[in-house]
Amino acid sequence: MRRRTILGYAVAGAGALASVLLFGWWQVDGPGAPESTGLLPLDLSVMDFSLTDHEGNEVGPESLIGRPSMVFFGFTYCPDVCPTTLSDISGWLDELGDDATEMNVVFITVDPARDTVETMEEYVSYFHSAIRGWTGAQDQIAQAVRGFRASYERVPTESGDYTMNHTASVFLFDRSGRFVSMIDYHEPREFAVPKIRRALEEES
Amino acid sequence: MQIGKAVVKKNHLIKVLVSLLTFVGAPTSTLAGSEDLVVEGAWARASIGTSRPGAAYMSIRNTGDTPVTIVGLATPIAQMSEIHETRTNAEGVSSMSSAGEITIEPGQNVALEPGGLHAMLMRLQSPMQEGESFPLTLKFDNGSTVEIVVPILGIAARGPSE
Repeated sequence: MRRRTILGYAVAGAGALASVLLFGWWQVDGPGAPESTGLLPLDLSVMDFSLTDHEGNEVGPESLIGRPSMVFFGFTYCPDVCPTTLSDISGWLDELGDDATEMNVVFITVDPARDTVETMEEYVSYFHSAIRGWTGAQDQIAQAVRGFRASYERVPTESGDYTMNHTASVFLFDRSGRFVSMIDYHEPREFAVPKIRRALEEES
Repeated sequence: MQIGKAVVKKNHLIKVLVSLLTFVGAPTSTLAGSEDLVVEGAWARASIGTSRPGAAYMSIRNTGDTPVTIVGLATPIAQMSEIHETRTNAEGVSSMSSAGEITIEPGQNVALEPGGLHAMLMRLQSPMQEGESFPLTLKFDNGSTVEIVVPILGIAARGPSE
């Protein structure tokens, strides 16, 4: 009887240990692992997500194919990085002039809970007119972020609100949707603009 | 009686002198402190309404000969304001957190600029409108304060010169 109890505890203990290990694996290496950073974004043609643009149109990666594209993530409650990125991009677009008009420029929010279609509409109106704002369901945003091999995370703030950590790079694709290059946050204009020109000129 | 009075007076005089010294001691450094701090090029981005935090930028120079630490910010337009720092890691992920206390060494300059340090203005009391301005007080560890007026530029602004 007593031996059985001990055996029971041992089995339960082993079971608990196994589930802890399994949980650990799931979080670190398994399907629950944070999305692989350091990998290149997929081509737009193999991405799969469905969002809504700031004018209420249904959009997805397929909407971008046919023209060169510049895509980046952010959120409108972001006081520093996002307006800076959007104004940097507005500056690059100004410098590209007419060439920029044939480009898709898309800002995808990682905070759809606060960034509704109306919010995105107002926000993008303050920047270059080529910039489109996309939002949608949490799972679709997550799927988009995975496709770009980007990442984001909701972080509570002291004031009781939350902020979002997110990939701040700008992704460039050619007109066939093939990934061309990335512009890192704060990359000077003299490096950024030639990268965009390359995406514009790339034929495939 | 007279002697006693004189003693009292003397004691009194010492007390006054002591209190004067302690009192004068603090404000002297305060004055010297704020004179040694030069805040330049301040600007802020316009906000959309009051629900989002605002950001202000500036450069703070310590022209004195002792290190000075920024210990706080205050402005009537926000319930909470502090210096935050944006960091971008090797994977390109940006995050933002309180920068803590920032010490400026003698002769050095601290730049609050887009993508780095910024004065984060939380729980805005009124929208920050382009063309307007607001007062911002910087508090330093030596007890000194510097009050500046921050002009509000457009949301898409990159700095005061553009």
